[in-house]
Amino acid sequence: MSLKNINVALIGNPNVGKTSVFNQLTGLNQQVGNYPGITVEKKMGFCKLPNNIKANILDLPGTYSLNASSIDESVVIELLLNKNDRLYPDVALVVTDVENLKRNLLLYTQIKDLEIPTILVINMADRMEQKGISLDIPYLEEHLKTKIALISSRKGHGIEELKNLIISYKTISSEPCLNASVIDVEYFNSLRQAFPNQLLYKLWLVITQDVNFLNLERNEIRSSFTKSHSDLKRLQQKETIKRYQFINEVLKEGLKIDSSVAKDFRSKLDRVLTHKVWGYLIFFIILFVIFQSIFQWSKIPMDFIDSTFATLSTLAGEHLPAGMLTDLISQGIIPGIGGILIFIPQIAFLFLFISILEESGYMSRVVFLMDKIMRRFGLSGKSVVPLISGTACAIPAIMATRNIENWKERLITILVTPFTTCSARLPVYAIIIGLVIPDTYVLGVLNVQGLTLMLLYVIGFAMAIFSAYILNIILKVKGKTFFVVEMPNYKLPMFKNVAINVVEKTKAFVSGAGKIILAISIILWFLASYGPGKEFKNAEKIILENSKAHPLTETEFHNAVASQKLENSYIGLMGRGIEPIISPLGYDWKIGIAIISSFAAREVFVGTLATIYSVGGTDNETTIKNKMAEEVNPETGQKIFNFGTGISLLMFYAFAMQCASTLAITKKETNSWKWPAGQLLFMSTLAYLVALIAFQILK
Amino acid sequence: MQTTIHSLKKGQKAIILDFDIDIIPLKLLEMGCLPGNEVELLQVAPFGDPLYLDINGSHLAIRIETAKQIEIELIKNK
Repeated sequence: MSLKNINVALIGNPNVGKTSVFNQLTGLNQQVGNYPGITVEKKMGFCKLPNNIKANILDLPGTYSLNASSIDESVVIELLLNKNDRLYPDVALVVTDVENLKRNLLLYTQIKDLEIPTILVINMADRMEQKGISLDIPYLEEHLKTKIALISSRKGHGIEELKNLIISYKTISSEPCLNASVIDVEYFNSLRQAFPNQLLYKLWLVITQDVNFLNLERNEIRSSFTKSHSDLKRLQQKETIKRYQFINEVLKEGLKIDSSVAKDFRSKLDRVLTHKVWGYLIFFIILFVIFQSIFQWSKIPMDFIDSTFATLSTLAGEHLPAGMLTDLISQGIIPGIGGILIFIPQIAFLFLFISILEESGYMSRVVFLMDKIMRRFGLSGKSVVPLISGTACAIPAIMATRNIENWKERLITILVTPFTTCSARLPVYAIIIGLVIPDTYVLGVLNVQGLTLMLLYVIGFAMAIFSAYILNIILKVKGKTFFVVEMPNYKLPMFKNVAINVVEKTKAFVSGAGKIILAISIILWFLASYGPGKEFKNAEKIILENSKAHPLTETEFHNAVASQKLENSYIGLMGRGIEPIISPLGYDWKIGIAIISSFAAREVFVGTLATIYSVGGTDNETTIKNKMAEEVNPETGQKIFNFGTGISLLMFYAFAMQCASTLAITKKETNSWKWPAGQLLFMSTLAYLVALIAFQILK
Repeated sequence: MQTTIHSLKKGQKAIILDFDIDIIPLKLLEMGCLPGNEVELLQVAPFGDPLYLDINGSHLAIRIETAKQIEIELIKNK
């Protein structure tokens, strides 16, 4: 007997609890990656089944049917049509929600037509009693030609039975449960005769879908059997009607609902949450709580991480044998890593709130509430989700625009999302607010620093909306306009789902950003530790010459040498080269370097300053923030990070497009360099001008 | 009486009659918006748009411009 793992694919509509089933089957044994070439999340996991059998579980993106309307949905079809794919399922689990069985079964009948052994998983069985639903399982199994697993992924019920069904997948029928080709007998008969070796439904999908097929000669099939777009759609409608007729007939016997039992908690909650006053009020209170808490609750762990890394850096400098490598570790790598780890708490909080809002079903109500308002700015109600999740990171946010059906609304959302304050801006904001805004309270409870941070979020959001308004006027894009949003049931978010989501997202973020930051810190350290000319090589001699008249103490001498070296290092020369451009904004050349390096990713700003100041100073014990606070302009004797410079920096970071990954994702999602190039140009110019005005007024 | 989903009042139910297949997205059909199925208006968003419907047991929201394209026949109150 071969010991090959069974390939199991989880397929289902959105909002049926598919991810909880996945989490129940795999525990923490899962990997999240991307499908090659596209940025659709690929979730794989492993599951130990009884009798020592193992299974690879693949969690496919949620889809309403096999008629793809987004890349996420195309992934499902491409996999199911390619028998040679390494992940081609031995058995498919179609996950459904007992309360939406009718609609969920549409996808099921399509999967059955692909003649893959299919188990029907009916989830949320724990709600049946409350909703007065009863099922005739043997009847349903017979007519749907399958085995049914009645489970509750929330309570963990029925998971063992499901595992046992998976083992016996070879005994499960792979026969279709209805014959949909009767909708146009003549057409389908000739199709069958032309390609006798292919599944009829597969051929039909090749004709109707715009996805990549590796093993079917698409052109040949298409050229002889093509129909006008509108005829095809008519047939697809007939197909859908046919499938629903079948489903209705089966459910008439197999599913009974005692509607007198159903308590209408949902409609009561809907009435409040989508109310014209309460709805908006609740939404804004939620946002307010999120932002206040992100700043307040993250403060303690962030300070802790900051001081830990400062200590670590000192320890490394003291205890490792002196030399270049030690300098690289204590002055380049450790501050660099510290610069990224410090914002784990804030990212984790953001992802926590966002996944709770999505899991609970509340996000759809926000979409409903905001659609009319957003449309005035050329956006869709669905743009709210990217704009809110953009506060965590623009990359998943731009990916989340895929369910916006209207191309113009989607394009505008993609273009303006980077204005929302992403978590990479937080460390920059946090450190600068800490330096230039007093830590006092107004009205007794409102922290001024917290309020400033909130104001920055508001500014980012307002600029996103304003740019959308402008783009809506300028852009001439035509596209079909429609809007369909499912309003799922309210659910109490499951701790396990939320926790796994937060951990996965934070991990991906840290390792993604971490690699860039680490590489940049190492490069920066080299550039800051070496220089080309005599001024760098002979720093000691020059300082000694210059100070002949006024002899220096040993510490003063060390500091003077260090700053002479830094100024004449490669990075110092680069920084001073751009000084004329940035000094009207109130920045010195050190800040200039940090700004240049943060064009790769904003969060690099803090890491860069950390590296530069570590190289420059002899005193390692203070934290980055203290070093910045002490930094003085050698000519004027004033503090570098004064109010004017601080505000100017905040404004610059609020608007500048400094994220290589966002530009890359914009290119991928819009399929053109035109849009990311425009984004970069527009946002950078705006950032420069606003920072300039801010500094010139406040200095 | 024949009309469109747009003119439904909150809590009113109707049967879907017909629509222009070229305008209505396939996704909406797949969610159950098909001739013969029942539709009920559950909520109207502030500012009057979009509409929150129960179509054939599916809860979903569509914009008025789409709702205007879907012909219905009201179910008379008993």
